[in-house]
Amino acid sequence: MSLDVDAGRARLRPVPPGPHRHRQSSTRHLLSWLDMRATPYLFVSPYFLLFALFGLFPLIFTLWVSLHDWQLAGEREFVGLENYTQLLADTKFWNSVLNTVGIFVLATVPQLLIALLLANALNKRLRGRLVLRLSVLIPLVTSVVAVGVIFTQLYARDYGLVNWLLGAFGVEPIHWQNQKWSSWIAIATMVDWRWTGYNAIIYLAGMQTISKDIYEAASIDGATPRRQFWTITVPLLKPTIIFTVIVSTIGGFTLFAEPVIFGGGGMTGGTVGQFQTVAMFIVKEAFRDFDYGYAAAAAWILFLLILVAALVNYAITRGLGRSR
Amino acid sequence: MTTVQHSGPGARRHRAPAPVAGDVFRATVLTKVMLGFTAILSIFPIYWMIIIATRSNADVHSIPPPLLPGGNLGENIKAVFEAENAHFLTGIVNSVIVTASVTLAVVLISTLAGFAFASLQFRGRNVLLLSVVLTMMVPLQQMGVVPLYQMMVTLGWTNTLQAVILPFLVNGFGVFLMTQYTRQAVPRELVEAARVDGASTARIWWNVVVPAVRPGMAVLSIQTFMLIWNEFLWPLIILRADNPTVQVAIRALNEKYSTNYVLVFAGTALSIIPLLLVFVFFGRQIIGGLMDGAVKS
Repeated sequence: MSLDVDAGRARLRPVPPGPHRHRQSSTRHLLSWLDMRATPYLFVSPYFLLFALFGLFPLIFTLWVSLHDWQLAGEREFVGLENYTQLLADTKFWNSVLNTVGIFVLATVPQLLIALLLANALNKRLRGRLVLRLSVLIPLVTSVVAVGVIFTQLYARDYGLVNWLLGAFGVEPIHWQNQKWSSWIAIATMVDWRWTGYNAIIYLAGMQTISKDIYEAASIDGATPRRQFWTITVPLLKPTIIFTVIVSTIGGFTLFAEPVIFGGGGMTGGTVGQFQTVAMFIVKEAFRDFDYGYAAAAAWILFLLILVAALVNYAITRGLGRSR
Repeated sequence: MTTVQHSGPGARRHRAPAPVAGDVFRATVLTKVMLGFTAILSIFPIYWMIIIATRSNADVHSIPPPLLPGGNLGENIKAVFEAENAHFLTGIVNSVIVTASVTLAVVLISTLAGFAFASLQFRGRNVLLLSVVLTMMVPLQQMGVVPLYQMMVTLGWTNTLQAVILPFLVNGFGVFLMTQYTRQAVPRELVEAARVDGASTARIWWNVVVPAVRPGMAVLSIQTFMLIWNEFLWPLIILRADNPTVQVAIRALNEKYSTNYVLVFAGTALSIIPLLLVFVFFGRQIIGGLMDGAVKS
């Protein structure tokens, strides 16, 4: 332990004679001992104090609130698991879960696949590679609300660019907000537009840790670039892929701003909730209907859903390479 | 920076193009086309937003849609700031205050804790660091929103900026990033040597660690800035419409003026100017930071 080593060294230092000096140096020893022992805790304490106040306390308090009929006007009655049983039977809640999962799958699967191919392309010898890398990252620095506004106009029924383009191929104008499938696609493309480049850069980082010798050897054995991509790059990238899958799961399950803006700012997610996500459901229950207990229960179920989804996705991603 | 990756076998091939058929690092025409297409797709929506922001509403409804800038930008920007109930100027000022204070605090808190976790010995260090990493997996924003709101009501802080700022100071990612960065940038021996010279821990942090981890602090600042400038859910809940952040103001614009495309787009374009500036000046660092973080995770 470096701590003991340090103390030993300090003691070995020659101490000038004289009782007065001696007392001074032992005070200094005490101070430096205190400094070594206490300062580390002092340095980590701002984070942990703030976390206790604004992270841990709200989490536990959410659990407490979720066990009550907790209304705005002071009426607070302990109801046990009633909020949970009610939620599990609430078709509107399950509809929001279905929407969240649907948009998540629709957005994440193509997103990560395209990001993989994109990263592989960005990893090649190429002129203007930095400019290309920067340009795929531009969407990430755009605000989520801005993305929502822009894409909502792109998907507008009457003068939207998407319908105009589709019209050039003879497709009738689609009212994107109106159906489940079309609203899911529209929102999924917003998510993809913003995050594909980010994931590509993360994959690129992982690819650069793979030794070039492996590719060299594979080339000599006659493996085509495509084969090398699937048998070398993807398996060796698995830890990075798992990381992006987990991050995407958390992001996807807490999706909020895009569908809110897509619905014109409301929390209902369309006339019959065709694109209401769980996060929107929570905000609606708590801050539009002021049913805090119900919203708190939904928040805890969301957390459990994220855990389950993260585990399932982890298992799927881990299994991917093995079947090959 | 880009040439570094050519070292090794790639560099040799670069000088004398390899005859090997399976050279995976050669960009094919298809690759180039795909990359060009992706770059256009990435940039187009932002380009289009700026074009619309310079147009008039009549232009927007023309078919085919306009793809070149018009002359109405100044007028549209003026309309954004005068838009009733959107409080756009207040939104920008509030966002600047919130983003600046959160970024400063997060960087300070994370640099202190990162130094302690990376370079100091203390009981419970590993358990505490593990708990920081675990909290990164919990969506605190969505989970804690009900009690946080109640807390702010109890404190009488609804519609105040501190109510927006305080919950965002909890940032496990920042602590984790700075721990990793300090570990790599500050050798143990350096800290011990300073200690032998009689420097206190605080002094070592200020004189040895902070100068060494400055690039890490820069990356964390940029990322925190982008994250907080973009925050939508919590300000939407805790602030009233007359005292918004810029994102909440955009939503108000969008809701009230959704038929006035050019106004909404001018406001949206204004709201991403700080982000675009960060990107123009620190694009390389953003890529570098993302790539550093990813390799180690």
